[in-house]
Amino acid sequence: MAAQPLMRIENLVKHFHVRLGAFGERAATVHALDDVNFDILEGETLSLVGESGCGKSTTGFTLLNLHRATEGKVIYQGRNIVELDEKAMRPYRRQLQIVFQDPYSTLNPRMTIGEAVGEPILFHKLATKAELKDRIAALLADVGLPPRFASRYPHELSGGQRQRVAIARALACQPKFIVCDEAISALDVSVQAQIINLLLDLQQKYGLTYLFIAHDLAVVRHISDRVGVMYLGRLAELATREELFEHPLHPYTKALLSAVPEADPAHERSRKRQILQGDVPSPLSPPPGCRFHTRCPIAMDICDKVVPEWREARPGHRVACHAVTEGLPG
Amino acid sequence: MMMANTIRPEPSTKTGERLLDVKGLTIEIETRNGPATIVDGIDLHVGKGETLGIVGESGCGKSLTMLSMMRLLPNKIRVTKGEANFAGRDLQTMSNSELRKVRGGDVGFIFQDPMTSLNPVMRIGQQLAEPLIYHRGMSKAQARKRAGELLRLVGIPGAEERLDAYPHELSGGMRQRVMIAIGLACNPQLLIADEPTTALDVTIQAQIVDLVKDLRDKLGMSVVWITHDLALIAGLVDRINVLYAGTVVEDAPVDALFANPSHPYTQGLLASIPKLSDERSIRLSSIGGTPPEPGRRPKGCPFAPRCPLVESICHDSVPSLEGLSQNGSHRVACFVAQRKLEAA
Repeated sequence: MAAQPLMRIENLVKHFHVRLGAFGERAATVHALDDVNFDILEGETLSLVGESGCGKSTTGFTLLNLHRATEGKVIYQGRNIVELDEKAMRPYRRQLQIVFQDPYSTLNPRMTIGEAVGEPILFHKLATKAELKDRIAALLADVGLPPRFASRYPHELSGGQRQRVAIARALACQPKFIVCDEAISALDVSVQAQIINLLLDLQQKYGLTYLFIAHDLAVVRHISDRVGVMYLGRLAELATREELFEHPLHPYTKALLSAVPEADPAHERSRKRQILQGDVPSPLSPPPGCRFHTRCPIAMDICDKVVPEWREARPGHRVACHAVTEGLPG
Repeated sequence: MMMANTIRPEPSTKTGERLLDVKGLTIEIETRNGPATIVDGIDLHVGKGETLGIVGESGCGKSLTMLSMMRLLPNKIRVTKGEANFAGRDLQTMSNSELRKVRGGDVGFIFQDPMTSLNPVMRIGQQLAEPLIYHRGMSKAQARKRAGELLRLVGIPGAEERLDAYPHELSGGMRQRVMIAIGLACNPQLLIADEPTTALDVTIQAQIVDLVKDLRDKLGMSVVWITHDLALIAGLVDRINVLYAGTVVEDAPVDALFANPSHPYTQGLLASIPKLSDERSIRLSSIGGTPPEPGRRPKGCPFAPRCPLVESICHDSVPSLEGLSQNGSHRVACFVAQRKLEAA
């Protein structure tokens, strides 16, 4: 792949300090992200998958500097943006946008759709007041809504329409990069397909780069160029879509893929699932060594002692697992 | 239709012995502009030992139908017509005390969100013992012993010690297992599972589906599994009813539904699921528009405004569910699909 990295994430760490117990008497640390390294290439869709609490949303928030990173760097246009304060961050904010899962709670219920979409345009001075109306209409057209929606309120819209507005609002800033944080997860299947198509169309039209955070692997497989699998705050595997789905190397990735149901009754009845035993351990005290070793079907002696190296097992295919030797699936 | 690796008695779909039989059930909601129909004369049935999947998008009335049968509807929503027979008795006219014996006894429930369905200040063991004492007349000691067995049955490690845990001390997957254990406590004839895995991760979801499949085969109960995810239930159910805007639009054995979806809505739903074999950037086919809101139901077929095959008759009259196959096991409510069949 010849594309240039748009963003480079180096040794990113995010710990949350919390207080536990009925009276908050015990201090503890949530290890939400530990030592995460990857590049996001210009114009690609990179997806992060994993179970709840694995740190995929924290990654999205931290690399937009919405959570302050505990350690590590996020290099964007030659600057480490996670060390910038709010004011210095502002010019980057315009280029780096986010769309959330629930558009009902992200849209101000007392603002019309037109005001919501127009607000970032005025804030970043991307159009004059005279041009604003046309600009809003153009953005609504981009996301497939008629101009008359500008005078409506969020409660008058369906879930799919509200998500279109949230996307229009992100587009209003003419961004380079959008984090889609479970942006389609709350939608019904038929509407979900509409929004996926919309995201793909907009990417082509404006050359957008997406970080797509999701737990639905069928959707991820459909829209991604590359996919990263996270487990308990660390990246377990990252590869191109074909590599990851055809030749998964990490035992966690394999288990995750085998759990995905397919719309084929005969296949579903006869398939042997590799079902993981037990639950994800608490991020308050993640297991030593490889964090997956407590549930791993092929765990070895070394796995609970040494953190596996994040290395390239095949060209462009990174994995963190002791059992995977060069080029050979574990 | 035998499972590949389990011994399971043939469900009585073919003999027509019905455990649950819902006829013409109509549900209305009180709105500012008067009553609006949410569920419009629904017919559905579950055979003894059969697993029925009910599929539909949010707001199609799939949960309300099940709640209304047990007379668990919230205020302002009520059944105005129809009957729901369980084991030959009408649940709609039964006295409250009789109905209480059915709920949680012969009919078990699993709801979507165990955190709001479990009592947060009651130990797991007590919550499991409650139905056993009430419905099966067990002593406290007997019920506790059985509660431990149930937790083991649903695969909770260290079951006996967990009896004294509170819901917040368990993970989401564990809580859902507790919900299943409560649903199964009294060996119900019918288990109603309302989106029981929607809030769970995909690996835990697979565990729960396999668990219910396994328990069903062991205990021989009927199951109604309500979901919006067609792929999830493909390997679990015998038959599927597709709901749209409060009506059954297609009723078919699971293999027939996937092989030969006949209602344009079912076709649209199946086509909009991304397949693992798809190429990237192929456009997903999607269904334009959104389902009608209650109170704004179209006069004719409720799907007509979104339907790619719509004809003039669809706007004027409502199609009824008619048999497609010779034995009538595959039924569809669509004028176009029915006419195609007659022509063939």
